[in-house]
This record gives sequence, structure tokens and C-alpha cells, in this order.
Amino acid sequence: MAPAGGRPMDVINYILRRVLTSVVLMIIISMVTFGVFFMVPKLAGTNPAELYVGKQATPADVAATARKLGLDQPVTVQYARFVKGLVAGRDFDDGPNKTHCDAPCFGYSFRNDRPVWPLLLDRLPVTISLAIGAAIIWLIGGVLAGVISALRRGGALDRTVMVLALAGVSLPIYFTGLLAQLVFVHTLHWLPGGEYVNFADDPAGWAGKLFLGWVTLALLYAATYARLTRAQMLETVGEDYIRTARAKGLRERTVIAKHVMRSVLTPIVTIFGLDIGSLLGGAILTESVFGLPGIGRLSIDAVNTKDLPVVLGVTLFGALFIVLANFIVDLLYAVIDPRVRLG
Amino acid sequence: MKGAHMSSTNSFTTTDPVPGPRRGPDPTAFLDVRDLRIHFPTDDGLVKAVDGISFTLERGRTLGIVGESGSGKSVTSLGILGLHQREHARVGGEVWLDGEELISASPERVRQLRGQRMAMIFQDPLTAMHPYFTVGAQIVEAYRVHHRVSKAVARKRAVDLLGRVGIPQPAKRVDDYPHQFSGGMRQRAMIAMALVNNPDLLIADEPTTALDVTVQAQILDLIRDLQEEFGSAVLMITHDLGVVAELADDILVMYGGRCVEEGSAQTLFRRPEHPYAWGLLGSMPRVDRENRDRLIPIKGTPPSLINLPSGCAFHPRCPYQGRDGIPCRTEVPSLAQGSDHGVACHIAPAERRRIFAEDIAPAL
Amino acid sequence: MSTTTSTERAAARPATDDLLQVTGLEKHFPITRGAFIRRTVGAVRAVDGIDFTVRSGETLGLVGESGCGKSTTGRLISRLLEPTGGKVVFEGRDISHLSNREMRPLRREVQMIFQDPYSSLNPRHTVGTIVGAPFRVQDIPTSQGVKRAVQDLLKLVGLNPEHYNRYPHEFSGGQRQRIGIARALALRPKLIVADEPVSALDVSIQAQVVNLLGDLQRELNLTYVFIAHDLSVVKHISDRVAVMYLGKIVEVAPRDALYATPMHPYTLALLSAVPVPDPDRRDRAQRERILLTGDVPSPIDPPSGCRFRTRCWKARELCEREVPPLRELATGHVVACHFPVEEAERTPGGRAAAQQAAASVPPATTTPV
Ligand SMILES: Nc1ncnc2c1ncn2[C@@H]1O[C@H](COP(=O)(O)OP(=O)(O)OP(=O)(O)O)[C@@H](O)[C@H]1O
Ligand SMILES: Nc1ncnc2c1ncn2[C@@H]1O[C@H](COP(=O)(O)OP(=O)(O)OP(=O)(O)O)[C@@H](O)[C@H]1O
Ligand code: SF4
Ligand code: SF4
Ligand SMILES: [Mg+2]
Ligand SMILES: [Mg+2]
Repeated sequence: MAPAGGRPMDVINYILRRVLTSVVLMIIISMVTFGVFFMVPKLAGTNPAELYVGKQATPADVAATARKLGLDQPVTVQYARFVKGLVAGRDFDDGPNKTHCDAPCFGYSFRNDRPVWPLLLDRLPVTISLAIGAAIIWLIGGVLAGVISALRRGGALDRTVMVLALAGVSLPIYFTGLLAQLVFVHTLHWLPGGEYVNFADDPAGWAGKLFLGWVTLALLYAATYARLTRAQMLETVGEDYIRTARAKGLRERTVIAKHVMRSVLTPIVTIFGLDIGSLLGGAILTESVFGLPGIGRLSIDAVNTKDLPVVLGVTLFGALFIVLANFIVDLLYAVIDPRVRLG
Repeated sequence: MKGAHMSSTNSFTTTDPVPGPRRGPDPTAFLDVRDLRIHFPTDDGLVKAVDGISFTLERGRTLGIVGESGSGKSVTSLGILGLHQREHARVGGEVWLDGEELISASPERVRQLRGQRMAMIFQDPLTAMHPYFTVGAQIVEAYRVHHRVSKAVARKRAVDLLGRVGIPQPAKRVDDYPHQFSGGMRQRAMIAMALVNNPDLLIADEPTTALDVTVQAQILDLIRDLQEEFGSAVLMITHDLGVVAELADDILVMYGGRCVEEGSAQTLFRRPEHPYAWGLLGSMPRVDRENRDRLIPIKGTPPSLINLPSGCAFHPRCPYQGRDGIPCRTEVPSLAQGSDHGVACHIAPAERRRIFAEDIAPAL
Repeated sequence: MSTTTSTERAAARPATDDLLQVTGLEKHFPITRGAFIRRTVGAVRAVDGIDFTVRSGETLGLVGESGCGKSTTGRLISRLLEPTGGKVVFEGRDISHLSNREMRPLRREVQMIFQDPYSSLNPRHTVGTIVGAPFRVQDIPTSQGVKRAVQDLLKLVGLNPEHYNRYPHEFSGGQRQRIGIARALALRPKLIVADEPVSALDVSIQAQVVNLLGDLQRELNLTYVFIAHDLSVVKHISDRVAVMYLGKIVEVAPRDALYATPMHPYTLALLSAVPVPDPDRRDRAQRERILLTGDVPSPIDPPSGCRFRTRCWKARELCEREVPPLRELATGHVVACHFPVEEAERTPGGRAAAQQAAASVPPATTTPV
């Protein structure tokens, strides 16, 4: 199905415009974050190069490192180099030894001298596993709960679901997470503890390790989705076009499953896209609580160790996902809602 | 939705002091509504939206229901189609469609009839069509609920009907979304959707209120033509007396959920006898007459349906209330069935005719 | 009062009794594209060069199809919108481009009443606050306090002064419209622009409000521009009527002349479409009804020449080439048509013929000729 007024040129135009918007948005975000990270050490009165080489290093070492990393240059030059690094890769040159950092180059970690980008890629599968698994659970669970409670409005089931939903959004994840961990891993031993394993190596172990993370995270989101679905359904059921659907003689089942759900799912798809986008940038709390080595975990570690390049990388990476998700949601929206004008 | 309660909430529990007349089945009338009552229990109290309405309608004829906003017109039409949610509404009385009683029929049976033998056109054509489905898909769906045919066949039928109701280039426009149609075209599409199964009963609830006069004239024309062609019975609901005068053979005037006057269109416009009907005619400015200096409005405001005024519900606004000691405040006037003209008013028939001829008609 | 601002057209008439003169008035709403770099790709020509005058103490009815620019015109003359072109002269003063600050004293003189009585009243304010707001905003001294002034107004529009502390939701549609009218009257305006003030009301309530407007006009010597699509209400209330079609005025005439001898083909079609509440005459009415084929063309890209030509059964080649100017064909009866309706066409036979001809006009997309 093409968006409304779907001449191919219009569609291409629309997509191009959205791409352009996203790129501009990314540039602005990168400027702001870079600016912030440039300012932070300054305000704290530390030289970033010092963080890099360690407290015991001589001033000469610090100066050399600063030169090598270009930290002695003005912020605009540093930003330009940084962007060049992202796009085309970049060389660090301190005279005797040259290092080349492939695009996209986020620089080197202060802590272990490894380039940031592979570090991120390393952590990504864990975060994706966590986000996608949880998303499937909360989408199905949340929407289903919302539908059921809307259909049984005012009934015992409705009230139960809504109380649970309220609990879901208001209980902090470290509470539910730690409690679940205590019960299912340490007391009942139903689920394995220990390190995260790759899906390819041990699917069962992978799922076992992620399971509690999925459920806890899903609970948090499912609550929101259930409430949204319920509200949306109750609103839609009162619409004139639903009355029309009934007047046609459609079965109640068809009215709900086709006509009501079609309208209910539109806003759900939107926030679903955005939620997934932001989760792919790392679920800091969940990953920390369940000991999952994902991007969220990486970011919290980086912040604790003042590893600026990694923090910058993680931030931009997260922003990228959000912008990307926005872009996809925008396109999807034009497909889902024929009234969205390609204007 | 709890199966056990369905039948009990369905049949009306009589708490009303004046149960309407119950007649035996009348095999001649195509649509026979008897003492229809639709009440909504709400937090503020029981809303008696429809409180004992009876009428009959034959194939090929048009009945106009008029009355001001909130008088229960739409609730009546939805009640005939069985569209009130059983948890929210108490429906009582009888609705006979071609010899079959619908209020006591199973919901599944009423569903089968709905859309097939009785169809409805709603007031606002923009909100009454699903914004996310194409016009064609919505018509196809209406056809396929009641006919086991392929999508292609149904689509052909949809295109035919869109052409029939005057949409130019129907084969192209069938894939448009409702928002791509103008108001008049949308209402035509709604009509196509209602007619797709050749219903015997067509209920039009304010089909032209949202449209301007030029488009309104087209739509009324269309309904008239289609009725001639298919011989359906049409129930036309509106508050516009001009529109009923255009279309209706018979007219029923509603006030506060009850019928206050019914008769042929000629009778009602020539010799109305109920003070409320006089009020309606007096309120209406007309293009076809010499200008009057002032309109003659009905004073006061529409009644609350929760605390309907006692006796004749119109009494707080009626200039003849209590005249010659008639019991307007205490007794509900019954709809006296004359030859072809029913009037629910305590004033004696001869006196009513005299008042109309001497006081009302000259001022109109 | 300066007379230098008045135009030649206005000068042609005795300018003294003209409260409002509108010349060449235009409002084009730009259509923009692009998220960051906005560029204008076209314009909705909602009002596209209209001329009319409103005389002191009269009611000018403004009718026309939905979307033809009636509301936009109303908002332009009450200067809630700034015109793209042309002039609005109020009491001899050009107010077309006055700033908000300059307009402030004039707001007292020109007031607007809107269609939806509920959505134009703030639900959280009491009637007293709503009706009294103009006094406070304009800082008008009232002889016995704002409350007293408001209560007098409520009485004037037929509401109980005790309603002072009630909220809009406690009132019926007709009563809400009365509140709107009371608010508009607070500052004793000279001109009231009423945009579909009774369209949302029941006939019985509508009659109350129409009568009220008439009474107030007599008592306070008000001037109305009354916008509506209901031609029977317009006939009842107006002294003169202007008919609009797609951003243009096509006919202006004294009320009785317009209804008895419409001269523009569109007006003829419009009048023939009004349902007649008389079952005995319906067959005749139907035989003579001129139904326009096709939909209204878009105000973004209006037809060349006469805008009505895509639906007009009388259109000829000239209509496509030349915009018909507004010409005065009878006293005070101006029409913009190259081939105005003649007497024969107003007879039943003539209308029936017009009906046939109108029905065979091809759809709006193609050009006749
Ligand atoms: N589901 C409901 N619950 C409670 N009250 C209802 C319900 N549906 C309708 N009503 C009330 O019933 C009364 C009659 O409503 P109805 O819609 O039939 O009026 P109407 O005659 O069609 O008026 P209009 O001309 O404004 O459409 C109104 O007072 C309305 O508020
Ligand atoms: N703010 C705006 N921006 C863009 N277009 C507008 C705007 N306001 C009005 N229009 C357009 O200008 C045209 C005239 O609108 P207007 O509201 O004046 O019509 P109207 O005659 O009052 O119609 P109705 O009878 O439906 O109220 C319409 O095509 C409308 O879509
Ligand atoms: S019964 Fe009485 S109050 Fe009712 S309409 Fe007749 S005269 Fe008026
Ligand atoms: S100018 Fe021509 S097209 Fe326009 S209304 Fe007159 S006859 Fe019709
Ligand atoms: Mg209704
Ligand atoms: Mg308007």
C-alpha cells in the first residue's frame, strides 16, 4: 500500500525529505554532544589528556598525548577531525608512531586504548537480544491486556489489569529485577546465573540468562502499552465508523479485530518504534541489574571511569538509533495512515 | 457480554405506569414498531430516550421523523437496527420487520438482517466511514458479509453502485480513501454502501445535515430515485421540516421521547393540531412565503429526559397548558388515533382545529 | 473623518451611510512545503478580490457554498485576519493593515459572533467573567461596576441576571449563543459580524436567536453582516444579500430582488435547491430544481474567466476568456455574469429547461465550450 496520493515521485520526495531531516538532526546532535564532552573536563579543571595517560604520567607525556589526539586544538578543529574520523577514518600521528583508526572512528578508549567502535559492536548483540526479546513480550502482552480490559471495561479483569499496569510502571526496575533474580536464580535455581553466552554457542543458556531481563523490561513497557491500548480502544469503539461497521451486519469479532484494531494499532506502532529505538541505545538499569554486557552496561562503566570517548560514542550511537527509529516510524506512519499528507 | 444475562436485560422490565397498547401481529405492515422503549441507566438517573413509540411503514413509502435535538430520533433508529449495547440500554416493545419480531430475536439473527434487509445512512459522512480503509474496501466488506462471493465480484458490485449513486469515474475512485472525497461524494458513497445489499428498509438519519443546499438537493434526489427503483421503505430522520416535506409520505413528530403527532405529510403541514407542531412551523423562516416580521419561537428549552415534565411533557413550554381546566400537568395525553391523524394533546379535537385555523394559520 | 482614503467606487455612492466599504479584498493562504526550508508552492485563494459595502443599520446576508470564503471574509472585515490585498474601510478609515495596537480601540466597534456557541466560550469561566471580559480588556469605565453592566447585558439578551455565576455547560445551545451575543454587545459595537450564528441550533431555538438579533438591531441601531448557508434564515433577517462563489462575489441585491429575480445562474441554482416545506408543491419544486453537476473546483487553482463556468449551463467561450465584472443591472442589483439570467428562465418552464441543461454539463474537470 502506497501512502496517500501515492505517485512514485511524491513518495521518493517524501522519503528524501525525511532522510535529509534525519541527517541534519544527527549533525546537530553530534555537535551538541561533542560540545558538551569538550566542555565537561574543562569545567572540572582536568585536562582530558591527563585522564588518558593516567595520574602518574609526566607533564611531557600528557602534552605528547594531547598533541597526538589533537586535544590542544580549538574545539571547532577537534570537531571537524572527529567528523572526518566518523566518515572517512582518521590518523593519529605523534611523530614516531602513527595509528590509523578506520571509519567510523569514535576515537580510542581512555582505559584500554582500544578503538571505541569495535567495542560498541561487541556489545550490540547483547543489547539487541535484550531489546527484541522484551519487545515481543511487551507488545503481545501489553496490547492483549489492553484489549481484554477494554472489552471487559469496569469488570474485575479490567481492574486487575489496570492495577498491575500501574504497579508495572511505578515499581523501579532494580527492585523488581533484583527480587526476581533473588527468587528465580539464587533461591529456586530455575534459571542459570553466571556469564552471558552467545545465542550461537548455547541457545538455551542465552535465553535462560536473558529471560529475567526480558520479563522485567517487558513488564515496565507492557504496562504503558496496556493503558494506551485500552484508552485507544475505548475511544475508538465510540467512533461513528465503528457504529457503521456494526450497521453493516459485521460480526462483533470482525468489528473489533478489523475496524477497531486498525485504528488502535496506529499510535501503538509509533511509540513502539520509538521505544525500540531508545532501547537499542542500551538499557542501562536492566543490563546492570542482570549483569548483561550490553551497551547500557558499557556506558555506565564508561561514565564511572570517566572514559570520555566511550561515553561520547555510546551517546551518539544511542542518538543514532532514536533518529533512525523516528525516520522509520515516519515512513511507516505514511503507510498506515492514508490521511498523512505527503506535504 | 455474559450470556446468562443477555435475554433478561434484553426484554424490557416494565416499571412504567402506562404500558402502551399491545396489538396482535399485523401481517400487512412491512415495518411495525410497537411501543418501543429505550432507556439508558446512567449515573444521573434513567434516561428515557424513547418512551413508547409506535408506527408502521410499508415498502415504497417514506416516513419522516422530526423533532428537536435530543428528542430520541437517532435512538429510535438505532433501536430498530438492534445497535444498542445490551449492557447500556434497556430496550422494550416490539419491532416487526416483514413478520419477524426483532427485539426478542437472537442477536445473531438481528445481525444477519442488519445491513442486508435493513441498512442505515448516518449523518456525518466524514466520521461515519473508516479513515484507514478505502471507500471500495468498505463497500466490498458490506457486500461480502451477506453474500458468499469473491472479492473481485464484490468489487465489481461496489464500482457499479458508486456509479449508480453518481460518483464520476467510479472504477478509479473506488480505491480512494474517504478523506479524498468531498462531503457530498462521501455521503453518496455511504448511500452506495447502504444499498449494496438491496435492503428493504433504509433508515437515513439526518443524511444531509452536514451538507450545503446544492449538495443536499442532489442527495435527496438520489434517495428518491433509488427508492423508486428498488421499492424500499425509507425512514427519514431529520429536524429540517423542509427536508421531510420534500421526501416523506407520512410524518411522525417526536417530543421528549414520545410521539406527539402523526399523520400524512399533507395533513401535518396543512392541518397540524399539536401545539408543539405549531411551534415548529412558526419557528421556521421560509423562502417560499412573504416575510414575516418575527418568527414565533417555542419559548423555553428542551426537556430533560431524566426528569421529564409530568403529564404532557410539553406543558412547561405550551401556551395552551391548563386552558379550560385540561389536565396537562397530571395526565399524559394519549395519541388519539383518528382516521389518519394522531394527536397527543388534551385540547378537544374541534377546539384544536379552531385554534389552528383562527390563531395559528394566519400568522404562518 | 478623512475622506482621502475612500475609493472612487465608494465615492460614486453617497458615502455618508456606508459603515463599511470593501474594495478588491483578497486573502490568499500560502501553501508551504519543506520542514527546514519552507517555500511557498501555491496559495488557497480563499477570498479573491471582492467589493461590497455595508450601510449603517442594515443587515447584509452573505451566502454561498461551503468553502467559498464566507468565514474568511468575515474575519477579514473584523480584522482578525490581515488581507493579502485590497482595502477594508470602516467609517471612512482604512483599517486593512492596522497593527494590533492600532486596532484595539476599533475592536470595540466591530465584534464577531461564531457558529459554535460552546467551543467559543471558555468552559472554566463563569458567564460573568466571559461577558465581562471585554470591559476588563478594554479598560472601559462602567457606571455601576462591571457586574452590574454584565447583568444588564444578560437581561438584554433574554437571560436571567442570576446566571452571572454559572458556567457555560449549564446552558442550552440557544442560551449559550445568547451568552456569545451578550459578550459581543458588551462594548456597544456598531458592526457585528455573525458567522453562522444559528446553524448549530434547533429550529425552535434558532427562531429565538433570530428574533433577538432583530430586536437588538432595532433597539441599538446595530449593523450586521450575517453569514449563513441557510437561505431561508438569510431571507428572513437580511436587507440585502451577497452571494459568493469560490472566493468571488457573484451577485449583490436587495433581499426581495434577489429572491424574486436572481440574475446570476449560480444564485438561481442555489435558490432552486432550497427545500420547500410544503408537500403539495414538492413535485413542482423538483421539476424545477437545477442540480449542479460536479464538485466545486479548487480555490487553489480556480478556473479562468468566470469561476462558475465549469458548472454553468449557460457558459460560452467568452466566459472562459474573460472574468465577468460586477455590473449594476437594476437599482442596487449587481451581478458578475456575461449572460445574466433572463425573465423567461425564471418561469417554471425556463427552470425545467435549465435543469436539463445543468444536468448535462460535463464533470468539473473538463472545460465546457
Ligand atoms: N448511550 C446513551 N446513554 C445515555 N443517554 C443517551 C445515550 N444515547 C442517547 N442518549 C440520550 O438520549 C437522548 C436522545 O438522543 P438522540 O440521539 O436520539 O436524539 P436525536 O433526536 O437524534 O437528536 P439530534 O437531532 O441532536 O440528533 C439524548 O438526550 C441523549 O443524550
Ligand atoms: N487558515 C487557513 N489556511 C489555509 N486555508 C484556509 C484557511 N482558512 C480557510 N482556508 C481555506 O479557504 C477557503 C475558504 O474558507 P472559509 O472558511 O472562508 O469558507 P466558508 O465559506 O466559511 O465555508 P463554510 O461554509 O464551510 O464555513 C477554504 O478552501 C478553506 O479551506
Ligand atoms: S396537552 Fe396541554 S400542555 Fe400538552 S400540548 Fe396539549 S395543551 Fe399543551
Ligand atoms: S459568466 Fe458565463 S459561466 Fe459565468 S455564470 Fe455567467 S454565463 Fe455562466
Ligand atoms: Mg440524532
Ligand atoms: Mg465558514
